[in-house]
Amino acid sequence: MMGVYFMNTWWESVVAKFQLCFINDDRYMLLVKGFGVTIETSLLAVIIGVIIGMIIALFALSNNKALRLIAKVYTDIIRGTPSVTQLMIIYFVIFATVPLPKWIIASIAFGINSGAYVSEIIRGGILSVDKGQTEAGRSLGLTASQTMTDIVIPQAVKNIFPSLCNEFIVLIKETAIVGYVGLMDLQKAGDFIKSATFEAFLPLIATAVIYFALIKILTIVFGRVETNLRKSDIR
Amino acid sequence: MISVKNLHKSFGDLEVLKGIDLEVNQGEVVVVIGPSGSGKSTLIRCLNMLEVPTKGEVYIDGTMINDPKTNVDLLRQKMGMVFQHFNLFPHKTVMENITLAPVRLGKASKAEAEQTAHELLTRIGLLDKADNYPVQLSGGQKQRIAIARALAMHPEIMLFDEPTSALDPEMVGEVLDLMKDLAKSGMTMVVVTHEMGFAREVGTRVIFMDGGVIVEEGTPEQIFTNAQNERTQSFLSKVL
Repeated sequence: MMGVYFMNTWWESVVAKFQLCFINDDRYMLLVKGFGVTIETSLLAVIIGVIIGMIIALFALSNNKALRLIAKVYTDIIRGTPSVTQLMIIYFVIFATVPLPKWIIASIAFGINSGAYVSEIIRGGILSVDKGQTEAGRSLGLTASQTMTDIVIPQAVKNIFPSLCNEFIVLIKETAIVGYVGLMDLQKAGDFIKSATFEAFLPLIATAVIYFALIKILTIVFGRVETNLRKSDIR
Repeated sequence: MISVKNLHKSFGDLEVLKGIDLEVNQGEVVVVIGPSGSGKSTLIRCLNMLEVPTKGEVYIDGTMINDPKTNVDLLRQKMGMVFQHFNLFPHKTVMENITLAPVRLGKASKAEAEQTAHELLTRIGLLDKADNYPVQLSGGQKQRIAIARALAMHPEIMLFDEPTSALDPEMVGEVLDLMKDLAKSGMTMVVVTHEMGFAREVGTRVIFMDGGVIVEEGTPEQIFTNAQNERTQSFLSKVL
C-alpha cells in the first residue's frame, strides 16, 4: 500500500512538473519557436556554407597563387578560432550596424564557419577522383569545365556525400550557441524554461530529445540518398 | 596526319623524350614498342597534349597542337584515345559513356548519338550491356566499350596507350581482334603495346624506342626478322 502511495505521489509530481515546464503559460511554444529558429538558421547556414565551400575549394584547386592563398588564409582563420568567437565578431562587430534579422546574421556567421570545412571536404573529394577520368574526358575533346561538371564533380559528390552530411549535422548542433547573440533557438528556449521554472531536468532533457530526433531523422534520410547515389556501384 | 618534330619532354630534371621525329600518314598503323621507361607512353600522350611537350612541335592535320593559340579541344575531337586502365566513367551507363561527348559537344542529337552507339555496340557484340554500369563488365568488355566511346566521336586518328596491359590474358584477344578490325577499316592508328604478335600482324610500321629516342623503325618484317640495332635485337630477344 505504501509503495502504491509513493508511486502515486511520484507520478503526480512528474505531471505537475511537466505542467509547470511545458503547459503553463504555453511554455511548449518556446520550444516550438526555438526549434523553428534552429531549423531556419541551420538551413540557411548550410546553403551559405556549401556555396562558400565550393568557391573556396575551387580557389584552393586553382592554378592561381593568389586564389590559393585566399583559400588557405580563410580556412586557417576559421579553423584556428572558436565558432562562438566568430559568431560574436560577425554579429557585434561586422554586422553591428546592418539592419538584417538576427537569425540571418547568425546564419551568415555559421555559413562562413561551415564553408571552411565544406571546402576541405569538396577539395578532398575532387582530388579523390582518378586522374584518368579527367584525361578520358579531355581526350574526347571536352573542355576542362565540361569535364569538371559532367565527369569529375558527379563522382566527387558520391565520395564527399557522407562527410558533407556529417558536416551538416555538426553545423545544426553548432547553432546551439546562438543564444550568445540573443537569439531564442531550441537550446536557448530550454534554458529559458529552466530559468523561469527553476526546473532543470525536464526542459533540458526535452531539448536534447528534440535535437536527437531531428538528427536521427536526417541521418536516415541521408542514408537513403547515399544508397541511391551508390547505384552505379552495384555489380 | 601526324607530324612530330624534335619533340622533347622533361618531368623536372628527368628528360623522358630526347628529340623525337615522327610522321604518321593516313591509314597507317604505327606500333610503338620498347622497354618500360623508354618514353613510349609519354610520346603518345604528347600527341594529344595530355602531356605538354617541353620543346619541339607536334602537328595534327597541319595544325601545331602545342601552339598556345591552338584550340586543343577541337583537335582532340579528331583523335580518340584508349587508355591502359580504360577510364570509363563509372557513374554513367555504357550507353551514356558512349553518347556523352558527341551530345555534350553538339556533334549529334541525343537520338543520333544513341543510334551511333547502338551500331557501335552491335559491332563489338556488347549491345546487351547498353544499360549496364562499367563496374558490371569484365576488363575486356570495358576496353571494347572504351574503344567504342572514342569511335563515337568519329575520329580520324586513334591512339592506343597499352590497351591490353591491364587485362587478364584470356581477354587480350577480344580487344586485339577489335583493333585489327579497326585497322582493316582504314583507321589511322598509333599503338603503344607489348603485344608483339599484334605489332607483327597489324602494324604497317614498327617503331622501337629506348631511352627517350627512336632507336629503329621499319616494317614489321624489318624489325622482327632483320633488326639492325643492337638494342633492338637485345629487346626483341627478351620479349619474343
